[in-house]
Amino acid sequence: MTKPLKQIHLAAHFPGVNNTTVWSDPEAGSHIEFSSFAHFARTAERAKFDFLFLAEGLRLREQGGHIYDLDVVGRPDTFTILTALAAVTEHLGLTGTINSTFNEPYEVARQFASLDHLSGGRSAWNVVTSWDAFTGENFRRGGFLPQDERYSRAKEFLATAGELFDSWHGDEILADQETGVFLRDAKAGSFVHTGQHFDIHGQFNVPRSPQGRPVIFQAGDSEEGREFAASSADAIFSRYAALKEGQAFYTDVKNRLAKYGRGHRDLLILPAATFALGDTDAEAEELAREVRRQQVSGATALRHLEFVWNRDLSSYDPEGPLPEIDPLVSDEHISRGRAQVRMYRDPLATAREWRELAAANQWSIRDLVIHTGNRQTFVGSPETVARTINEYVQADASDGFILVPHITPTGLDVFADKVVPLLQEQGVFRTEYEGTTLRDHLGLAHPDDVRGERAAS
Amino acid sequence: MSPSSPLHLAVALDGTGWHPASWREPVARPRDLFTAGYWADLVAEAERGLLDFVTFEDGLGLQSSHHLDPDDRTDQVRGRLDAVLLAARIAPLTRHIGLVPTAVVTHTEPFHLSKAIATLDYVSTGRAGVRVQITARPHEADHFGRRTIPRIDSYDSPVVTDLFDEAADYVEAVRRLWDSWEDDAEIRDVATGRFIDRDKLHYIDFEGRHFSVKGPSITPRPPQGQPLVTALAHQTVPYRLVARQTDVGYVTPRDAEHAREIVAEIHAEREAAGRAEREASSGGDQPVHVFGDQPIHVFGDLVVFLDDDPAAATARRERLDEAAGEPYESDARIFAGSPAQLADLLQELQAAGLTGFRLRPAVLGHDLPAITRALVPELQRRDAFRRAYEADTLRGLLGLARPANRYAAA
Repeated sequence: MTKPLKQIHLAAHFPGVNNTTVWSDPEAGSHIEFSSFAHFARTAERAKFDFLFLAEGLRLREQGGHIYDLDVVGRPDTFTILTALAAVTEHLGLTGTINSTFNEPYEVARQFASLDHLSGGRSAWNVVTSWDAFTGENFRRGGFLPQDERYSRAKEFLATAGELFDSWHGDEILADQETGVFLRDAKAGSFVHTGQHFDIHGQFNVPRSPQGRPVIFQAGDSEEGREFAASSADAIFSRYAALKEGQAFYTDVKNRLAKYGRGHRDLLILPAATFALGDTDAEAEELAREVRRQQVSGATALRHLEFVWNRDLSSYDPEGPLPEIDPLVSDEHISRGRAQVRMYRDPLATAREWRELAAANQWSIRDLVIHTGNRQTFVGSPETVARTINEYVQADASDGFILVPHITPTGLDVFADKVVPLLQEQGVFRTEYEGTTLRDHLGLAHPDDVRGERAAS
Repeated sequence: MSPSSPLHLAVALDGTGWHPASWREPVARPRDLFTAGYWADLVAEAERGLLDFVTFEDGLGLQSSHHLDPDDRTDQVRGRLDAVLLAARIAPLTRHIGLVPTAVVTHTEPFHLSKAIATLDYVSTGRAGVRVQITARPHEADHFGRRTIPRIDSYDSPVVTDLFDEAADYVEAVRRLWDSWEDDAEIRDVATGRFIDRDKLHYIDFEGRHFSVKGPSITPRPPQGQPLVTALAHQTVPYRLVARQTDVGYVTPRDAEHAREIVAEIHAEREAAGRAEREASSGGDQPVHVFGDQPIHVFGDLVVFLDDDPAAATARRERLDEAAGEPYESDARIFAGSPAQLADLLQELQAAGLTGFRLRPAVLGHDLPAITRALVPELQRRDAFRRAYEADTLRGLLGLARPANRYAAA
């Protein structure tokens, strides 16, 4: 190994509204009270994490025509909670998922520029798109977008927001009390954008913020999503945490950078990762199994089977065998407001495969859902987990991980206390923050420097 | 109302103060306007003075000395941060004072605003409000590109009436979203595996002329149930919005007589709205919610130059006008004088029916401490202002009950 050791990036994903977040545990706290968010953010900052990450959903999920009631329901407003967290942290980056379908560039740019000012340069934007009329029913402009226009809108949204961020250069405010000149240029913030999705002009009213622009994350995995990330993002929130898949994704995306004139380090790959920690590997395995059972109650198992069967299965016994009846193949889906149901492209084949699996292993419905569900990414003693994380990063399966604990708000505590010190001892994770902005933590250039370099080359 | 009944006090924060030349005063900190610390210091001062709440101004374009157009001036403060986020940044640093950011409702989404203010209420543990504002500026519509707003000749224009109608719908949607979760919707029932009782979550099915919103909110009902809704009003159409949809209206009376007329008009509108609501809700399947039954506050807005010596206040005003190159004119009455004189005026206006005041400090660095350290003690001496915070929520400070949820089965 002559390659210099890569430094690991770590982030904390506030537990979301999937069944993987365990609310039935006595340890589980509020998903809404600010104290939960503050505890989580302070833990991440104590451990010198790069940033905190918030997901978002803009319509409560439904199944069979009813609001889905088995998982955590309810979340705060992303911008508001992140800005409040800026008051209780000093260094931690603040990453928010904000939808480009149900927002307008002028407003989102104002909010991110404000968050960046109010956090001293710690803002990041995970740009997502939706296209469903279901979510659109909550918004005055509706939300239906043909699926093939999602990325074109997202791209143009991001480009337009970029024009707004760049409409101030940072030297406009003189505030010279002697001469009475506040603004160097009356036209500060001027912009004109004419495009397919947005046709806007005027003056942006938030002066340039410490980072110039928020750090840009992208989470889509399609060909288009990867290309979008390679052209426009600073980091990818990826789903490939396993070693081999991680390496394949990493290589694929990093190889797309050159055609956009970007280097390998201009785009970070950060998969979401779950974990189960015990004093020994065996204890951790035991805990991991227990948590997976907590994550899938009998009721949850039936509902998850419905994603594939697309029928009401509430009359089945979750401790009994899989349904003999075949899935209903239809454009109308029993579940609404969820991305994961699109994973089952061939429900008939999936049902056959699951029946065979269940028969071979004598699994009940609940057993099957537990076994086919996601296993924790990292399971083991602190030593094992620290070693594995480092191996993955050095082997270019990722540049680090966005950790998703299964308990709110204390689920990160043990990782912070036991795993992080080991990574620090190995010299692959910071012991102190070296800079003040999120770009500093992530090793990303400031947009002004990039523009300067480009102008000079 | 006896002359020494307690009144309510709020302060309107905007830039370095309300006088356009305020940023040039040595006490101003114009270079700090875009830092959290600047705003934290101001709100801490307001909280030391036991004020009910502070408001944060906002807008969807650069500030301008024109009502409707940009002005290309470089001698005044330009640029501002998002008010809701400013309030959120300050919330964890304060304990008692209410935080009321401005939100422009003309180009934004009620769904987003409802969860933002609900979240501000969580972050501040029950101290959130919002001031709703319309914009009729054509160039601000161009920042969004979704609609054009015709140029108006005056605020009597039907265009403005329509924008206020839209604002009323917007507030209605926001309020329904706040109620779309019943207080005890989260049950965490391990036996049945249910996190929520979905029967306690409600579609709001708001449908108006301008937009429709399905609901429910993604955010549970906030601590106050209904955070404070406020609006500034200068004439009948906005008075109607104040009467029908807000908890606090800010008005700009010239004198006590004018204040009396405004208060009477708002109360009449509110009673009419209450009657209409009662008629509409008897027998329909719409949620029973009679807003006109709740008390309403009418606050007077005043710009203030405060000095122990009244002559010093007047001289300061003249000096600032000179620096600005023109006399400062405001929609609100401009007061220059001593704390005792201002206390006299507030009590006189209070006797005419106002329940409180939103003071606009001419120079924040000077006039805010003058309010908290001189006016407040003067009012306390008269038994006209609190000596300690008496409630944990903003509604509580204003003597407003936590409203029942309109969707909860009676």
